[in-house]
Amino acid sequence: MTTTLTIAGEHLSSRLLLGTAGYPNQKIMVDAIKASGAALVTVSIRRISLQGHGSDTISLLSGYRFLPNTAGCETARDAILTAQLAREALGTNWIKLEVIGDRETLYPDASELLEATRVLVDEGFVVLPYCSDDPVLCQRLADLGAAAVMPMGSLIGSGMGVANPANLAVICRRASVPVIVDAGIGTASDAVIAMELGASGVLLNTAVAKADDPIAMAHAMRLAVEAGWFACSAGRIPRRLRAEPSSPQLGLVGS
Amino acid sequence: MRLVINGEQREPLGATLNDIWEEEARELQTDSPSGFAIALNGRVVPKTRWRDTPVSDGDQINIIRAMAGG
Repeated sequence: MTTTLTIAGEHLSSRLLLGTAGYPNQKIMVDAIKASGAALVTVSIRRISLQGHGSDTISLLSGYRFLPNTAGCETARDAILTAQLAREALGTNWIKLEVIGDRETLYPDASELLEATRVLVDEGFVVLPYCSDDPVLCQRLADLGAAAVMPMGSLIGSGMGVANPANLAVICRRASVPVIVDAGIGTASDAVIAMELGASGVLLNTAVAKADDPIAMAHAMRLAVEAGWFACSAGRIPRRLRAEPSSPQLGLVGS
Repeated sequence: MRLVINGEQREPLGATLNDIWEEEARELQTDSPSGFAIALNGRVVPKTRWRDTPVSDGDQINIIRAMAGG
């Protein structure tokens, strides 16, 4: 059985965190989340005049724990206010902290992210920052009190998988807090790779929401995260450049 | 009284944040503030304080709700 993911002392029943945006309709969203086994689902915080499809997402997902995000914020100031609003709206002090520094790549702005993390940790938030796959930045965020770090696999929504496995392996090896690979996962094998590299969990949205069959992909992701976790825990064999017979070499017929 | 609500100039009739909320809630056809939050001039005002929080000319109000997101 997969051991639980523990963040800030809270035990989560799944290592897969799932987003709630972009599904064909709300029924498929609910069914996909159920199929994924995710216990923690992300939501966004928006002014009500901008509301649209999915406006009553919250009531549909009353059995789940929410992880509100600060998606779209470009300054620490805006991200901090968004986190405070999220806490009031949802009654949770958990926040997926996003502070975007570039609209084309949606790369995080490291300095704003560090500042927002510092302030929100001081205010008692459980901060899960979305960050680049930079081991130094991840370390700095953990030093400031982030409850987990969430380095990108690759660009948000790109489906390019884990672009820099070497970096991710270093981050996972050194991390003093859980590492959740966030963004870029395109299909189940990407999630397996992230977990095999030592991640504690995976956060994804588009790969499921935009799949031809979101519910089937959610199920695949659930299995992938579990498979990757078990494989990492089990310890893979070393890679060799030559064959190594698996059957006994003694007693061959004809020898 | 002119307020800026979610970036738009408005002239609401109410005098407190709760009056503003009730006006918006009618438009949203909701009666529960669950999943919503309000900031007045950049500071979050807890739901329990909406009734006794007056609004005044020029105030900036943000009303948000939690919705689908990644």
